[in-house]
Amino acid sequence: MTAIAVDAAPKSAAKRRERWASTRTYVSAAVIFIWCLLPFYWMIVTAFRDSGYTFDPAFWFTHFTWANFATVFSENLGNHFGLALFNSLVVALVTTVVALLVGVFASYALARLEFRFKFLVLGIVLGASMFPGVALVTPLFQLFTSIHWIGTYQALIIPSISFVLPLTVYTLTSFFREMPWELEEAARIDGCTQGQAFRKVIMPLAAPAVFTTAILAFIAAWNEFLIASQMSNDATKTVTVAIASFAGAQPHQEPYTAVMAAGTVVTIPLVILVLIFQRKIVAGLTAGAVK
Amino acid sequence: MSTIAEPKSSPEVPLPRGNKADKEVGQDRKAKSQGRWAFWLIAPTLALLAVVIVYPIVNAVIMSFQKDQGLDPVSKVFVKGGPAGFSNFIHWLAQQCGSGPCAPGTLGSQFWSATGTTFFFAVVTVILETILGFWMAIIMARTFRGRSALRAAVLVPWAIPTAVTAKLWFFIFAFEGIANKLFGSAILWTGSEWPARWAIIIADVWKTTPFMALLILAGLQIIPAEVYEAAKVDGASAWQRFTQITLPLVKPALLVAVLFRVLDALRMYDLPAIMTGGANNTTTLSILVVDQLRQGVNSAAALSTITFIIIFIVAFIFVRFLGANAVASATPNGKGKVK
Amino acid sequence: MNRTKQLAPLAAVAVLALSLAACSGGGGGSSSSGGSLSGDAANNLQDRGPITYVQGKDNSNVVRPLVDKWNAAHPDEKVTFKEQTDKADQQHDDLVQHFQAKQSDYDVVDVDVVWTAEFAAQSWLQPLTGSMAIDTSKMMPATVKTATYNNTLYAAPQTSDGGILFYRKDLVPTPPKTWDEMMSMCSIAKAANIGCYAGQYAKYEGLTVNVAEAINTAGGKIVDDSGKPTLDTPEAKAGLTNLVTAYKNGNIPTEAVTFQEEQGRQAFEDGKLLFLRNWPYVYNLAKTDGASTVKDTFGIAPLPGKTGPGASSLGGHNLAISVYSKHKATAKDFLTFMTSEESEKFYATQGSLAPVLTSLYDDATLTDKLPYLPVLKTSIENAVPRPVTPFYPAVTKAVQDNAYAAIKGDKTVDQALKDMGAAITSASQ
Repeated sequence: MTAIAVDAAPKSAAKRRERWASTRTYVSAAVIFIWCLLPFYWMIVTAFRDSGYTFDPAFWFTHFTWANFATVFSENLGNHFGLALFNSLVVALVTTVVALLVGVFASYALARLEFRFKFLVLGIVLGASMFPGVALVTPLFQLFTSIHWIGTYQALIIPSISFVLPLTVYTLTSFFREMPWELEEAARIDGCTQGQAFRKVIMPLAAPAVFTTAILAFIAAWNEFLIASQMSNDATKTVTVAIASFAGAQPHQEPYTAVMAAGTVVTIPLVILVLIFQRKIVAGLTAGAVK
Repeated sequence: MSTIAEPKSSPEVPLPRGNKADKEVGQDRKAKSQGRWAFWLIAPTLALLAVVIVYPIVNAVIMSFQKDQGLDPVSKVFVKGGPAGFSNFIHWLAQQCGSGPCAPGTLGSQFWSATGTTFFFAVVTVILETILGFWMAIIMARTFRGRSALRAAVLVPWAIPTAVTAKLWFFIFAFEGIANKLFGSAILWTGSEWPARWAIIIADVWKTTPFMALLILAGLQIIPAEVYEAAKVDGASAWQRFTQITLPLVKPALLVAVLFRVLDALRMYDLPAIMTGGANNTTTLSILVVDQLRQGVNSAAALSTITFIIIFIVAFIFVRFLGANAVASATPNGKGKVK
Repeated sequence: MNRTKQLAPLAAVAVLALSLAACSGGGGGSSSSGGSLSGDAANNLQDRGPITYVQGKDNSNVVRPLVDKWNAAHPDEKVTFKEQTDKADQQHDDLVQHFQAKQSDYDVVDVDVVWTAEFAAQSWLQPLTGSMAIDTSKMMPATVKTATYNNTLYAAPQTSDGGILFYRKDLVPTPPKTWDEMMSMCSIAKAANIGCYAGQYAKYEGLTVNVAEAINTAGGKIVDDSGKPTLDTPEAKAGLTNLVTAYKNGNIPTEAVTFQEEQGRQAFEDGKLLFLRNWPYVYNLAKTDGASTVKDTFGIAPLPGKTGPGASSLGGHNLAISVYSKHKATAKDFLTFMTSEESEKFYATQGSLAPVLTSLYDDATLTDKLPYLPVLKTSIENAVPRPVTPFYPAVTKAVQDNAYAAIKGDKTVDQALKDMGAAITSASQ
């Protein structure tokens, strides 16, 4: 599917060029790898460092300890990090699924259907990404207070969906427009309904785009803090709120090592999750598309 | 050369072009039924946005025409300010506080410098992120051993919660931090103007380039490989293939990515707020809004509205002149292809 | 027909948005109850029942045991502990959200000393007068001042904090008593090739603390009792000049403009500073931190002043009762319980939090555990609260921006003080 670097020419000059190209690819990949992971490495080093040596600038692991992770999950300190992880998972998953579902509907209409005020709809959707997020909190808090939603999952999920919707709609619309819709029509001639044709023909082709959008939406929802900090309570607080609640053992002391440990705890599962999804889902969907 | 242009008109390349013949027949009836369909498909999206975004915006606009509360001189408690007309807007745009210009150290004196800083950050970070993101996407699209490891690695910066990222970079750029240690320098990263700006830009580029890279990668993935092979057979150089095939075909995805990055960058808050607290000319409009919210909600509503309008204008210009209407122009193209 | 259908979503958006907007009206401004016992404030004074106590992160686990103890003794008036985040700004904004929405779900709230006036002026706090009055006679006067607005007590001081001077006793046998004396000792630092003195000079709340200390120590004041700026005095100028000169001539190291509490502590523990102004929390950490190189070679003293001890700024928190509370009698009892001698002692031993009761500073069980208490007592006795004004966010912003510019040499002291005064004036209109 993505054979951009593949060159099948059997000539020796071409082979040399190919080897050169592949070397360049590996060098570039290595540079990207280091650029992306170096600060993350530093985060992990700090996460495993004794808090008494918080500011030790040694570049390798020194004063190794698991204590910061114990702090992160400490129930005595009221951190409830396990619960927070669960809450974040619920919020992010529901947000992603609903946003994609709703977003796919809207994008289909925007890309495929003919109706008036399309530009206006696109404008409103985009306009939703233009208001300073911090200024949304107070009116929403008052609204959710009046309908007794504070501390509920929906008070976290609904704003979260709205935050990721504009990007979802725009991305999907732009990709849907690139789809070979003739195939859909062909499928309908073969007896599929419009819905089936869309599901079985178009969705697999759009899989990379849908999957990318899902990752972006999931991570955005996972990292949402502003709304979560105001709308959640002890039972529904998410990881970002839990991390903000970490405190040093002494007043004024920054719980820096614990924050880095928490950052590690929330990032690594996310990356593993994406790795698994990437292989299984995309591979599966693409395979289906080829048939 | 001629074949390089060919893919554009070849049937594999799915740039939808309207079929003129179809269009005229029963257009009215079709438009009606499509309109009804479109309504039901779009309604959930609009309803969600109405509650969470449109309502607060309308609320802010209404509030911005009220004066901030003032202290009653006798009872020493706050009382409502009453209607303000456009005074809140004039306060920001003209940087007028009461009778004269706002003194340094008031939020009102910082509107234009914050606007400048915001645009500076937005332009520099988005340009850097676009270039780097494109490069990352191209590498990630190649087939080589360790590709999935690379894709996972690229996701890492984006996956770390922003508040943690900001803290991480704050400590990296501390005077005794690892950045100065590694480079053997003694730069006051967060304590002087240009280093502070670059520290924030580096942190932002690190964090959000993956966003760009992933969206561009998704765009690259729907380009059929045959298009490249055909071009290669014709002897197109790598640069030609990039500018004549990759760029045009990935343009819709790229524009969406850039557009949303611009909108986000213009609302940048966490990184400068945590890394510098807005010192050394790193106060962005969003930082100003947050500070103002603590000093008077009606002025803050006016400032949010102004910020909204500024970003709206930028988006409008972007869509209008840079062709991000690739999305919007679906209107003429999509016609006639739907039953 | 068709057209209406297409317009419908937009119309729905508009109608929904407008009707929702109407609910909250102009928002923000609270209704005035004149600070007297009218309206909400008059309600529920005698009522008892379950209440909620709200505080920032309970980092050293002092609140939970106390709440458990209260609940065991008051099964019908149980307290629920609601923990906020660890960030002061977020705690502030969270309280504001709940008060603005007139929520009765926050009964007793823990407020930073600098927010008390603002919340009182918003009529969000129950005045502690009449049947709600509490005994403040045993509390340190400066702490009571932070809880008082417009001559009315609105909160009960809960914990305090004051700045103290950490010094290297291996290099300086007797700590300096005055600022000038300390500056004259900087040659010792120079000889040892380390920085001389630092406080917190990054642009954040800590800078206001340090600048207020400098100005108050020199005999000046940032604002008078009515909230008007009083910065055009020779004393105020002398105070800020002390900091500016010391930074310029290198007695305060260049990197100190990036220092918050923790960076200063790091430099001191690394042995890179001769003198450090910081809060008492540094004491335990500098003694126990693995990375500390000064474990046995540092001492503490009151902040140096003009002739005697300097005027520290006050940290700490006050406890207040929300006017929207439905069970104010219970709230008041809980507030008294939380500020009782026994509770105060528990804060100190368990959480290293400075008590507000004068007597505890001479309590042998406490001074054994917290050897810095006598020094801290001097500090708090000489302390001056940061400006007690309902416009505190604007005042601290004016101080930070202008003092930061002056310290970095971007503007003169005179100009900085002039701008600071003008900014405070315009903000408090």
